[in-house]
Amino acid sequence: MSPGIDEALTPPFDLHIDAVALRARAAELGTRSIKNDSKRLGLARAMSMIDLTTLEGADTAERVRRLCVRAQRPGTGLPPAAAVCVYPRLVPVARRALEGSPVRVCAVSSGFPAGQVPLGIKLEDTRAAVEDGAEEIDIVIARGSLLAGDFTRVHDEVAALKEAASPACLKVILETGELGSFEQIAHAAWIACIAGADFVKTSTGKVAVNSTPATALCLLHVVRDYHAHTGREVGVKCAGGIRTAKEALHYLVLVHETMGPSWLVQSRFRIGASSLVDDLARQMLKLDGGRYVGSDDVVQD
Amino acid sequence: MSEKQEHVSVAQAARPKHPFAEPPAHWDYAPSLEDKSLARIEARYRLFIDGAWREGRKRFTTINPANEEVLAEVALAGPKDVDDAVAAARRALPKWAGMPGAARAKLLFAVARILQERSREFAVLETLDNGKPIREARDFDVVMAAQHFFYYAGWADKLDLALPAALGKPSPVGVCGQIIPWNFPLLMAAWKLAPALAVGCTCVLKPAETTPLTALRLCEVFEEAGLPKGVVNVLTGAGKTGEAIVRHPDIDKIAFTGSTEVGKAIQRALAGSGKKLTLELGGKAAHIVFEDAPLDEAVDGIVQGIWFNQGQVCCAGSRLFVQESIERRVLDLLDARMRTIRVGDPLDKNTDLGALNSAEQRDKVERYLRVAAEEGATRRAPAAKLPTKGYWCPPTLLEHVTPTMRVAREEIFGPVLAVLSFRTPEEAVQKANNSLYGLSAGVWTNKGSKVFDTIAKLRAGVVWANCYNRFDASSPFGGYKESGFGREGGLHGLLPYLRLPS
Amino acid sequence: MTDPKIHKTFKLYIDGAFPRSESGRVAPLHTQRARKGARANNARAKNGEVSSEVPIAQVARASRKDLRNAVQGARRAFASWSTSSAYLRGQILYRMAEMLDHRSSAFVDALVHFEGCSAAVAKREVEVSATRLLFYAGCCDKLTQLLGTVNPVAGPYFNFSMPEASGVIAALTPSRPSLLGLVSSLAPILVPGNTVVCVVPTQAAPIALDFAEVIATSDVPPGVVQILSGEREELVPHVATHRDLDGCLLCVEDAAIDADTRHRERQLVEAEAADHVKRVHVAEAVTSKDWLEGRAQGLGWILPFVEIKTAWHSMGR
Repeated sequence: MSPGIDEALTPPFDLHIDAVALRARAAELGTRSIKNDSKRLGLARAMSMIDLTTLEGADTAERVRRLCVRAQRPGTGLPPAAAVCVYPRLVPVARRALEGSPVRVCAVSSGFPAGQVPLGIKLEDTRAAVEDGAEEIDIVIARGSLLAGDFTRVHDEVAALKEAASPACLKVILETGELGSFEQIAHAAWIACIAGADFVKTSTGKVAVNSTPATALCLLHVVRDYHAHTGREVGVKCAGGIRTAKEALHYLVLVHETMGPSWLVQSRFRIGASSLVDDLARQMLKLDGGRYVGSDDVVQD
Repeated sequence: MSEKQEHVSVAQAARPKHPFAEPPAHWDYAPSLEDKSLARIEARYRLFIDGAWREGRKRFTTINPANEEVLAEVALAGPKDVDDAVAAARRALPKWAGMPGAARAKLLFAVARILQERSREFAVLETLDNGKPIREARDFDVVMAAQHFFYYAGWADKLDLALPAALGKPSPVGVCGQIIPWNFPLLMAAWKLAPALAVGCTCVLKPAETTPLTALRLCEVFEEAGLPKGVVNVLTGAGKTGEAIVRHPDIDKIAFTGSTEVGKAIQRALAGSGKKLTLELGGKAAHIVFEDAPLDEAVDGIVQGIWFNQGQVCCAGSRLFVQESIERRVLDLLDARMRTIRVGDPLDKNTDLGALNSAEQRDKVERYLRVAAEEGATRRAPAAKLPTKGYWCPPTLLEHVTPTMRVAREEIFGPVLAVLSFRTPEEAVQKANNSLYGLSAGVWTNKGSKVFDTIAKLRAGVVWANCYNRFDASSPFGGYKESGFGREGGLHGLLPYLRLPS
Repeated sequence: MTDPKIHKTFKLYIDGAFPRSESGRVAPLHTQRARKGARANNARAKNGEVSSEVPIAQVARASRKDLRNAVQGARRAFASWSTSSAYLRGQILYRMAEMLDHRSSAFVDALVHFEGCSAAVAKREVEVSATRLLFYAGCCDKLTQLLGTVNPVAGPYFNFSMPEASGVIAALTPSRPSLLGLVSSLAPILVPGNTVVCVVPTQAAPIALDFAEVIATSDVPPGVVQILSGEREELVPHVATHRDLDGCLLCVEDAAIDADTRHRERQLVEAEAADHVKRVHVAEAVTSKDWLEGRAQGLGWILPFVEIKTAWHSMGR
């Protein structure tokens, strides 16, 4: 691998991020007060961007089928989710359950969540999921290679997986909680973009630190710059720990005020979540009924 | 491979279109108005002298600058009122200064606590009287005011520890006349009163004529906390009242925050009087962005620097110096960011930029915009729907500004940013320092050694590196050169109110 | 027959050189006895009368333009002096003390000769002056620690405050004690890195300009100290109104001026200072005894011409 490639994997502008100011801006946007119709729109939009996810060792076909039902009918006033996200083994189940609905099938692959398997297995994992009917593939990057400075390897793996996943939509999980700094996160995102990612995604949900508003802002800046330099648009997916409607609306405000309203759409922004749906449903009921919702008013699953 | 592709694409085509597959045309946040009645505005306000409320012989009105509606009538303090207030402060001095520091501390801690408890009321009142966004009044002004009382309360019983022993045992200066501006009415009152009271001084405070309400409301807090009568007296009025305070023979110290023009007049008026003086005056701060800066954050810093409080901030980063190599990029980012600034009803929790404080201030800003046009600067401001009533100016950026233009040299005190460029760090510092003012400056770079080099070379009392417009009760604030002298905040903020043994 | 003494003209000290006044003016300095009637003499001189007494020295009489040149020199020197290391400034002040001590007997003789005081009084003044220089020499690298703070702000920022020099400072020094008054005025001004333009009365000029020779041989960079001898009444308005002077130390003239004049002078300086917010400090020391005491020395003398700079830097990764 020639040294020139690593250079090409670095953004063509100085990549400096001030963590304090970035967090401050992200937090400031969290103070927006979203009420009434703007809240209704926000809740519904958030719902439409959710990749409803279950990624447990204990997942069964039945559990996935229930999730798929929930994804299609999340609650009064809420549109279907964007996708249902499962382990590759359960793709056929989801595929059948979501037949004829607008909700897409998404699978994690490439040795999710740690990604510590040989590339051949990652590729096979991915191809199999697509063959089984996954329309979207969430892969993890080789964080170890990234942290060790082997950017080429990170790039080449993503590029290979992109090809293996084609024509599915490829979301590349950076596992931002393991990268140590916003500069590293942005660099990883840039490499993913160059390697052909359709989305860059924050987290697997399997480590201590998941998506934060500041991380989201950081990724939005990267895809904005990448678009400006290449003309290709890459989406952002935030995942892990987003449980309340308030948090989800905060992310939407971030997207809205950084990228504009044209970005409030599932083809550009996604939220990976599971229990969030419950709170979105609760908040929508509260908006409609004017009363705080009881704990059994909303089905939790 | 091709077979698989076919398989999937068929499947994808089979999906019905998601009902939210298209983005919305816009997402307007619904108004989220803070409750005006929280401010509990009375129809008439009196003077606070010697622990009692007193009518003035004349009155003036204070308005809400966001809609020009009259908020209240306020007493105008005349010479007799000034005499009485000074006499009350003089009478209260021995007991207050002689009180054990710990006792003064308790009272001032109580002030901080009560302010925190009544923070929503103060925030709404400030927003109504001043025109600033409720978000800022709530998250900044009131919070900082309470912190100032809390911080200085803790100094009251530690004055012997505050200064190097070599300076000797300090004593309070005495009766202080304090004149404050309209841009942060409550916070400026706290900045002035907290250190003075902590060291044992007694005070006669005059808030600005366009924003008298929170200072008067603060007197209620003093009463509630149990401050002895006469320790704080608040006189509302305009320039004449201020002048009477400045010229009063029985005042030991004047502390003034406001325009450089008035500050100079005060310094002149006090010549030969032996009175102590501190001045916190105007500024035209340089905000330097180097090519190796974190650009998105720098842009946030620029926004925070010039559009915080409608730019009506003495330390506003009103002269932006961008390194030429990144000028286009910074301007593009800034342009995009400017468009997201929400101008409008200050009581709306989502408002970023509120109303200018007065017609006079609005006129001044507009005058400068005309000057800018005459001088050849290009004006850029996002199209904003401004309310028909009230005093407004959208966030405004001036391009093609050169250092010789008036808009690059004079304090506009409004939401107007002059953009200039530089080529080398040396040139940046030279241009930044080439100003009569020296209150504050900002610098953005990722390089640590450059940060410290620039901090050291900038002739300004506050330098923000990779941040801007940050404040804290423990952090000294004040200017070099024509931005004044003396410090407020921190340990250094005690000095102006202390007399050292000679 | 003894050789005639070499006649000495005391010239100004500007920018490291000893020029005559650009105006070409000199003022005669009379003997101690005559000096007691100096004001009367001055009054006569103003009226065009010539003193009958033989002057013991000629002293350059600085003009407004000399002041301008001095301020320009001081301004040029400010950038490097104010950013030189505190350690270096301390060593240079120490060198001044050394040089003064080395020449102490010459200064004692000069004080006796020009000011008519006793050798014991003169010796004491020289000793205290050298000690005072030592005090301030040792202050230079302590000042930041004495006046600086790290501030515990409620946020992810590293925040500190530190003292810096105000800029170019004028010092209106007293006629008596000539050496100690001058040293006590200029040394604390130099400590944080200010440069100084001293305006000394004609009567103090021989000693002050002898001291300029100490300065000139103590590695003090050119422009850091200027000494102008002249008529205080003439120069004060120019000092007060000069817009490139950032501060002014006003030492009250005890012996030479009456209370009314003193007050008018102070008022003038403070009022004109307002034109560009000049820092004015009126020295507490008044009498010769004051100057000898500890109160004429200390941090309180440094503070008036120090600015506190506060810096914030974000802390995060």
